[in-house]
Amino acid sequence: MKNFIPIFLICLLVMMSCSKDNDDKVQKTQANITFNFSHNWDGTAVTNTDFNTIKYINANNDQLRIDRLRYLISNITFTTSNNEEFVLSGYNLVDVTNNENLSFTPINLIPTGTYTNVKFTFGFNNEDNSKNYLDLNSTSWFVPKMLGGGYHYMQFDGKFINASEDEQGFNYHAIRAVDNPGVNPTFPQNTFFEVNLGEVTLFNDATFNIEMNIAEWFKNPKKWDLNVLNQMLMPNSDAQIMMFENGQNVFSLKSINQ
Amino acid sequence: MIISICCSCENESIDTYVATPSPIKIPQLFEKNILAPVIPLDNPQTVEGIALGKKLFFDPILSIDNSQACANCHDPKLAFSDSDRFSNGVDGVFGNRNTMPLFNLAWNFDEKFFWDGNTFSLEHQAFIPVTDDIEMKNTWAEVERRLQQHSEYPKLFKQAFNTSLIDSILITKAIAQFERTLISANSKFDNYLLGNTTLTQEELNGFNVFMDEAKGDCFHCHGSDKNPLWTDNIFHNNGLDENFNDLGLGAVTGDPADNGKFKSPSLRNLEFTGPYMHDGRFATLDDVINHYSEGLKNSSTIDPLMKKVNQGGVGLSDDDKTNLKAFLLSLSDYEFISNIDFILE
Repeated sequence: MKNFIPIFLICLLVMMSCSKDNDDKVQKTQANITFNFSHNWDGTAVTNTDFNTIKYINANNDQLRIDRLRYLISNITFTTSNNEEFVLSGYNLVDVTNNENLSFTPINLIPTGTYTNVKFTFGFNNEDNSKNYLDLNSTSWFVPKMLGGGYHYMQFDGKFINASEDEQGFNYHAIRAVDNPGVNPTFPQNTFFEVNLGEVTLFNDATFNIEMNIAEWFKNPKKWDLNVLNQMLMPNSDAQIMMFENGQNVFSLKSINQ
Repeated sequence: MIISICCSCENESIDTYVATPSPIKIPQLFEKNILAPVIPLDNPQTVEGIALGKKLFFDPILSIDNSQACANCHDPKLAFSDSDRFSNGVDGVFGNRNTMPLFNLAWNFDEKFFWDGNTFSLEHQAFIPVTDDIEMKNTWAEVERRLQQHSEYPKLFKQAFNTSLIDSILITKAIAQFERTLISANSKFDNYLLGNTTLTQEELNGFNVFMDEAKGDCFHCHGSDKNPLWTDNIFHNNGLDENFNDLGLGAVTGDPADNGKFKSPSLRNLEFTGPYMHDGRFATLDDVINHYSEGLKNSSTIDPLMKKVNQGGVGLSDDDKTNLKAFLLSLSDYEFISNIDFILE
């Protein structure tokens, strides 16, 4: 009896480990998706340790520093060749300043297979933007009702060297563009946008490594002059539309790990 | 296994006492708009714990010479703040920071307390003043000894925590429980949002100044109709000084980029909580509004959210200032400062 128990346990262990091997070999039908967000300035990595020091030069030759950067992404969507869409629930407030939420794993799974496109929304679409989010309210992410309500898409704050050689603050805050601030604001055009990442074949859990080139916010197609556009940009629909236009080239898919 | 089950049954029969749960009553606007309060799993709110915490809060037994209670500097009538610029401790020595008011503390989601965020959690916060050299100047061993020998406290601790053995952890847990009940959510503006009352035109205009990025732009740091805390509980340099006598958050983190940063206080109950700022430098609300309008001082760490710093601020008109003040005063919660649950009978 004394000898039987250790032998039995060893056999059990071997059986369990064989079973695990078999599981791993089974083709996955559902995949966990993770989005990782990293940031660069024209190819040079940017983290929060680079903040608060004048060290960047934008396309307009303004010297600047980053003090705060956080932005919202939502509606990660996988589209099949039949135009069937699988939307991952939830949204993610990427907070570079505090190194929080740089990785986002939605709770639901996506069937493995080939997709003609993967995309996410920068900010909220208008329908989602009209909802009430307790976590976003708690972190002061809302937009005043007089400016149409809803939520920020991005808060990018910093300082630049102005024409008088002084440090001056800027608040590059992206929201839904609004005209006629007040009781009945109007909306000239949508300023959330979709970021298309292209085709992907999922055969396993996958991590999408997304890059934001921060310099692009100031570059293309509109060269951004911080001496002209620096603060109080939320009620400025022209500035919001420029952010929307420049934002189209900000994100890219660096790699996918499966 | 059978023995083990028997043992656990036996333990349960011996030790069945639990204090009476007393969950926090979440105000309607809070429930609708912000996350749930932070209640530590190891310190749930109970009727007996809250009552004990209240007694301790008002009891000078915590101080070395039995002269000062928490309530001496945190006056309920002043929304648990102090009308003096600095508070004096048992030896009459003054501190160098203005006493922070106490309300809605369970919604401080990051749980960083004090003007410079040097302490994590409300329980740990309660540890500090008792042994601080300027404040109560006591030792925990002495406090524990006094309470243990007291005619009432051992029984009250038994009721709250099921033990008569008093220690500093249980003392601070009780105080934290009481402090979490200090909820302010019944101002005129709260009632306006709930549809129970109307605002004057002055107050409405003031709210617009508050929310207008080109005017007050207060909402980025101080909440809104969507965040009834009226603070982001985050640390900012709001342009008080060009050079810093007090490094604030910078002294805690050691990061020069944090120098001169202090926690945004809630704008609720400003009517009762003056003087203002971390060092109480502004005696009146007008002084505060004037500071943001034309008194900003530039420095390397001033928050970029401060507008037109080179001109001293956004330059509010006299009407804007009057309206903004009227709105801010609509955040006064008179019920809170007279709530008998928060006052020593």
